[in-house]
Amino acid sequence: MIRVEGVHHAYAERTVLRDIDLTLAEHRIGIIGANGSGKSTLARMFNGLIRPSRGRVLVDGLDTRKQHRKVHRLVGFVFPDADTQIIMPTVAEDVAIGLSRRGLSTSDIEARVSEVLGRHGLSEHRDHPAHLLSGGQKQMLALASVLVTEPEILVCDEPTTLLDLRNAGVVRRALESLPQQVILLTHHLDMLAGFDRVLVLDEGRVVCDDTPDAAIAHYLALMAS
Amino acid sequence: MSTLGRYLPGESWLHRMPAGPKLLALLLAVTGVVASGTPGLIGAEVLVSAALYPAARVPLRVLGRHVRALLPFVVLILVFQGFTAGWARAVVVAGGLLASVLLAGLVTVTTRVARMLALFERLARPLDRAGVSSRRVALVLALTVRSVPLVATSWQRCRDAYTARGLGRGSWRMVVPVIVGLIRSAEALGDAITARGLDD
Repeated sequence: MIRVEGVHHAYAERTVLRDIDLTLAEHRIGIIGANGSGKSTLARMFNGLIRPSRGRVLVDGLDTRKQHRKVHRLVGFVFPDADTQIIMPTVAEDVAIGLSRRGLSTSDIEARVSEVLGRHGLSEHRDHPAHLLSGGQKQMLALASVLVTEPEILVCDEPTTLLDLRNAGVVRRALESLPQQVILLTHHLDMLAGFDRVLVLDEGRVVCDDTPDAAIAHYLALMAS
Repeated sequence: MSTLGRYLPGESWLHRMPAGPKLLALLLAVTGVVASGTPGLIGAEVLVSAALYPAARVPLRVLGRHVRALLPFVVLILVFQGFTAGWARAVVVAGGLLASVLLAGLVTVTTRVARMLALFERLARPLDRAGVSSRRVALVLALTVRSVPLVATSWQRCRDAYTARGLGRGSWRMVVPVIVGLIRSAEALGDAITARGLDD
């Protein structure tokens, strides 16, 4: 569970989040909003990538400011551009590096990497150069690289923005099948079908916090105004 | 595109050899090549280096690719050394370069980068006592390997953008946008490393 308490954040003169108070406990939570609305900044706070200028974020009771290392293990983060997430030269190596500090044996790492690659349709690419994969495969690799560490919460920041409809569908199905709590930031509103809760951000504030249908209607009205 | 990180999966004796002994053997072999003083011996070393490719079940097209990449430099060195130091010396220098790079290329295609990095991390472990994190040394090496295709992609994107806008092929004007793009990529990569807890 994530608790956001009195969070306010500014980059120099520019305020991007204002007085946010939230408790995020549902299984599937969507966050939508225009570009620059503050949703990516908020999402990065869940993983401890950004620490708020004011207020605090707690993940399972851990303060992201003080216990960010533990938070990194609890919260997996998928970025919009998978290319900038790939660290190792080959697919299997990139998935394995996330386990390198978990005290696992080589055979355990191999087994977990094989299992995750199989689950995400990447087995036949395990020794391929990661940067030569297609856009959809790269995003699946990014997802696999995060999920191999078995985080309790997965935050996905517009994971389908750079993908075509087919690949976006593959990512959506992969997210649907996860047992973890998933927090999804997206401009693809159809991905929010079946979600438990959707937040709408506008100019750094949560302006709607409701069911997907109600929140999407609010967002569309906001964009039309 | 760089050949760095172009590991070719396989089950040959060279693929199975651990990274440490393999790199030690490479070091000794290259030392032997450099110490060789006669064209005949160098010629034999080039042939042995080339013969190791099929012996390690590495396709001959990979050998061809490595030779083609080196050929301009080998020819240039051969001609330059031929005119300045004599043709026997030119064959020794150019042949030595060819044999050494072929051997290094063979090690590259038969060794997973992760295994090499693990070896470097172990070798760098004494630095931990001096406050230098061996884990970070390995991470920096991994990122160095990773950045090669990243730079190539950034350059290609920028050149395409210049061409698409009818500004020619870009030339020196591309340097600033490429660097800006690389800084952004580096920041994003840094965020990904932090988010994955690899730098904790």
